[in-house]
Amino acid sequence: MSDNVIEARGLLKLYGATRAVDAIDLDIRRGEIFGLLGPNGAGKTTTILMMLGLTETSGGAVSVLGFNPVRQPLQVKRRVGYLPDAVGFYDHMTARENLIYTARLLAIPRRESGGRIMAALKAVDLADVADMRVATFSRGMRQRLGIAEIVMKKAEIAILDEPTSGLDPHATFELLEMIRGLKKAGVAVLLSSHLLDRVQSVCDRVALFNKGKIALMGSVVELANQVLGAGHPLLVEATGIDVATALRGIEGVQQVLPAGEGAWRVIADRDVRAAVARNIVVAGGSLTRLADLQPSLEEVYTHYFEGERHAAA
Amino acid sequence: MQQREGSPFTGLGPVFMKELSDHLTSIRMMVLTLFVIVFGAFPVASSLQTLRTVVGADAYLYLRIFTIEPQQVPISFISALNFIIPLMAIGLGFDSVNSEFNRRTLSRVLSQPIYRDALLLGKFLGGLMTLAVGLLALWLIVFGAGLLLLGIPPRGVEVARAFGFLLVAIAYGGVWLAIAMLFSVVFRSTATSALCALGLWLFFFILWPMIANALVLGFAPAEITSLDQYVGIQELAIALQRLSPGTLFSEALLGLLNPETRTLGFMLPAQMRGAIPNAPLPLDQSLLLIWPQVTGLIAGMIVVFAAAYVVFQREEVRA
Repeated sequence: MSDNVIEARGLLKLYGATRAVDAIDLDIRRGEIFGLLGPNGAGKTTTILMMLGLTETSGGAVSVLGFNPVRQPLQVKRRVGYLPDAVGFYDHMTARENLIYTARLLAIPRRESGGRIMAALKAVDLADVADMRVATFSRGMRQRLGIAEIVMKKAEIAILDEPTSGLDPHATFELLEMIRGLKKAGVAVLLSSHLLDRVQSVCDRVALFNKGKIALMGSVVELANQVLGAGHPLLVEATGIDVATALRGIEGVQQVLPAGEGAWRVIADRDVRAAVARNIVVAGGSLTRLADLQPSLEEVYTHYFEGERHAAA
Repeated sequence: MQQREGSPFTGLGPVFMKELSDHLTSIRMMVLTLFVIVFGAFPVASSLQTLRTVVGADAYLYLRIFTIEPQQVPISFISALNFIIPLMAIGLGFDSVNSEFNRRTLSRVLSQPIYRDALLLGKFLGGLMTLAVGLLALWLIVFGAGLLLLGIPPRGVEVARAFGFLLVAIAYGGVWLAIAMLFSVVFRSTATSALCALGLWLFFFILWPMIANALVLGFAPAEITSLDQYVGIQELAIALQRLSPGTLFSEALLGLLNPETRTLGFMLPAQMRGAIPNAPLPLDQSLLLIWPQVTGLIAGMIVVFAAAYVVFQREEVRA
């Protein structure tokens, strides 16, 4: 049995002559957090809507938990939780009433729904305000209520479209913790966002959308390798020896570049921290700092799109 | 086109119950109820005052409550209803779909195991049931007031005819509810959809009779030379008037609540030869008489709802 919960092959969406999603291939694995990145209009939300059966595909195939969202949308929607960008709830109803309505749409038996709703509200720390009208909720509370809906649904996949946009740092931190909690519960999470540092902090893998196509896909390190050619960069600060000479013999080290007074940037094709420390000490130097320079997703993103702009020019 | 699995009506029940509950507990419904009382109660109260003086002289006393035009208020109860029902229906339907877009609830609701079919139909049936509840309450109030003030119970045939009136009124409300929902699907702005629905209502209520007459005059020859020509012009005038749901409603109520009504179309004096003046028709004959009008109202409701359905199916739910 495949470990992929979502598989797309040549998935295509046309709006007239515009290719909103252009024959993408995508696999999302069970229990992982997968990020969809890209500028506005790149095709992220359209891809999500096709996965949910909320818009028809123009070509290709997509399978969600083994079901076809076009032919079997009800099967897909029973198993997938969706939190749209700036999720809307019925303001005149309480948090509990909103979830009761969802539970009825899901045909959850009444004797079961009450307990599931309270458990879900507790999981997102909204149990105390369960009987308050949603009109009084902040944006962060609404987003958490959206997560509660996914928890109550016992979804196997959670699709979150820009879940942290417009949230303050504290609310963002709380929401990201809840997303990690979904992963711990075995839920595969598909996360679309513009906020790269937040995506990087939770995602196992990401796909970079550009003009309806997936330009890059993999872990942040893999993307950095592809775009920046960065491998495993290290920052080394040492005194008393010629660091460049001491490190050149280490297997895997590609470049040793000066990075300021007594500091060196080491580019390697693997993790060489242990060998670097050993060589400096053996050469009689004093190692004052050895830092793993994790590539930033923002660097990858910016570098990629700048390259695209230069190529277009 | 690929075939979908599952019933299109999965989830219809919860949507219907939510819409009904929302309508019945909303401030808007209270305002509409107040409106109905103000516009409906005065003609009824005035009619009852007038009818108290003729108790025993009329076999269809209860039906007269609906149709009589009292001296104090220059409008009968059914004329008031012709005015009120479209407003109630528009009030219930003008924001039924676009408000879901504006509140950003549509994509969340449609991501649950439910088809759009069930959502739209549930909203329509919820609105129609609310209208039916309101009209039934009004109907019971009229009969209750009649019992209290006239002091005699209604006859079975009066109750049956009045019940027919209730069904026709619901169908008429259904047409306007479907129109309001169509505009709520077409326009994202609730103000625009409300304005368009009210504009169409004013068009049919005020302008269409004048336009229909102008059209007939335009088609009519300068000089009418034969009876066939005259009959043709009259029938054209009636056909044009019947494009308005209000005309169909008025004619259906005329046939139901005035048992003496023998025809709803154009009639020559020669065709009345042998008829006993003011003799009431049996209920089944009255039903046959109004059947085209009732069919027209139901067909209109279905056609407009189908148009809303087609437009809604094509909408992008990116909200």
